[in-house]
Amino acid sequence: MKRIPLHQIWYFVFVLSGAVFVFIARSTFNEYILSIINFVGIYIILAVSLNITNGFTGLFSLGHPGFMAIGGYMTSVLTFPVAKKAMFLELPGWLSHLALPFLPALLIGGVCASLTAFVIGVPVLRLRGHYLAVATLGFLIIVQVLITNWESVTRGPLGMNGLPALTHLWWVYAWVVITLYVSWKIKFSSYGRSMLAIREDPLAAQCVGTRLFRTRVVSLALGAFFAGIAGGLWAHLVTAITPASFSLVLAFHIVVMVVVGGSGSISGAFVAAVLFSTITELFRPLEESLDAYGIGEILMALILILILIYRPTGIFGTREPGFLTAKST
Amino acid sequence: MSDSVCLAVNGLEKRFGGVVALTDYDIEIRSGELVGLIGPNGAGKTTVFNLLSGVLKPTRGTIFFKGQDITRFRPDQNAVLGIARTFQNIRLFNALSVKDNIKAALHPHMGCGLWKTVLNVPGYRRSERRIEDKSREFLDLLGLLEVENEPAENLPYGLQRRVEIGRALAVNPSLLLLDEPAAGLNPNETEDLIQTIRTLHQRYNLTIFLVEHDMRVIMTICSRIQVLDMGHILAEGDPVSIRKNSRVIAAYLGQPESSAHA
Repeated sequence: MKRIPLHQIWYFVFVLSGAVFVFIARSTFNEYILSIINFVGIYIILAVSLNITNGFTGLFSLGHPGFMAIGGYMTSVLTFPVAKKAMFLELPGWLSHLALPFLPALLIGGVCASLTAFVIGVPVLRLRGHYLAVATLGFLIIVQVLITNWESVTRGPLGMNGLPALTHLWWVYAWVVITLYVSWKIKFSSYGRSMLAIREDPLAAQCVGTRLFRTRVVSLALGAFFAGIAGGLWAHLVTAITPASFSLVLAFHIVVMVVVGGSGSISGAFVAAVLFSTITELFRPLEESLDAYGIGEILMALILILILIYRPTGIFGTREPGFLTAKST
Repeated sequence: MSDSVCLAVNGLEKRFGGVVALTDYDIEIRSGELVGLIGPNGAGKTTVFNLLSGVLKPTRGTIFFKGQDITRFRPDQNAVLGIARTFQNIRLFNALSVKDNIKAALHPHMGCGLWKTVLNVPGYRRSERRIEDKSREFLDLLGLLEVENEPAENLPYGLQRRVEIGRALAVNPSLLLLDEPAAGLNPNETEDLIQTIRTLHQRYNLTIFLVEHDMRVIMTICSRIQVLDMGHILAEGDPVSIRKNSRVIAAYLGQPESSAHA
């Protein structure tokens, strides 16, 4: 009989204990704590998926909330009850009579975000470094402006309220597992190695036969897919969606998670996402009671600066903890 | 087969703005040949390599590889066709392990696409195993098995040069372009390098085109040498005739004030 490798047993242990945790949490914690745990999960999806684009292939993208917004709005329009659609929105005929279940709506949202990434990737990914960061920032602003002005579909700055509260822990953490699985699988595959090679030295990667542009576009689109999913989960967690939610501040949060965790490290993105989203959520009541808003953000910026000074490669560097990776023979 | 033309370059020219880096450059290399390219600093040697590998596009002229016009091909297209290169200033994937450096070069012709990878289909697992085996073949050949899990940036210079050659071999080339492979090596390492190049040349049936400053390397292993100076060809021939060529000597040592000294 073939022995199961130790690292695979660990994956199993993690998924199982996650499932047990979700099960217990749903029956013991109150709504407030549950919503925090949901947000933590959504941040994990965001950080781990940005790590594919930013960490693996080295594309410094600030556009993640833009893809999230596209996925979020798409999913919301698709799940919005038909009766409410007639009241609030002016949609084309076929769409106004359509209300999809959550899963197909989420998937369509993710795919739309991904397709957008393909379209903007063609011009934007010809840029490098700072220019790419600025261009993706521009994309984020364009998305916000479009959403704000396309009132017939998005209700503009008011946003859409009263979305069905479909998101719960099982949804969020199932997607956390899928996101982790996909990025883990890619990182330790031939395809992922060519992504990492591009990050390390694009010219050398191209000279060994890597299709530079295509691989870059794919990694942007892959990150965008999960961002779109996270947007859909987010919208149906807070049961409202406004253009202001998908701001540069959010982009900053996600990028900080990837950088602090260690660009390219999945475990790092995971740990940093848990750490930072818990900090911001825990500080919220304190901020309200002291009437001093922004303590969480200041703390986050402080940690970022300290990490950049004392450990510039992030907590985990580009690696994963040894017990989780296959031993080479 | 050994007489077929591997590389044929005609009237190649490269200008950067008003500067002419290379002009009227021709070369024909038959399959299996081991040809050297020498010349003083700034003669245009690396420009030749950048044009041949597709990193730069020529201003004028044509490049044919095994009868196919590759003048305007991208580096990745050239790599897939079978042209691999190393760089004068080593360009490894620094944070990746030595083994992953080699494996990254195996991906374009042996690896699977994204869907097969994520869905973990049997074809994907087979290709990962083949890549693993193949990478070990090159690691073994270049004596890198002991450091296979080290990040490439941690290796000493001489070993990094070996990794780069291993990575170029992993492209599965028929034409190998080596840009100053002996630069920065000590005499022992240089001796090893000469042996390695000879072994590779025979075992993989390679055509090798080599830029080098170390005359010992060039003179011992090349059957033919081309000399560049100021962007054009100064001389071409076998090692003995190049060594005696007065124009070559002049280009390297400087023009004598007048012939009266001689």
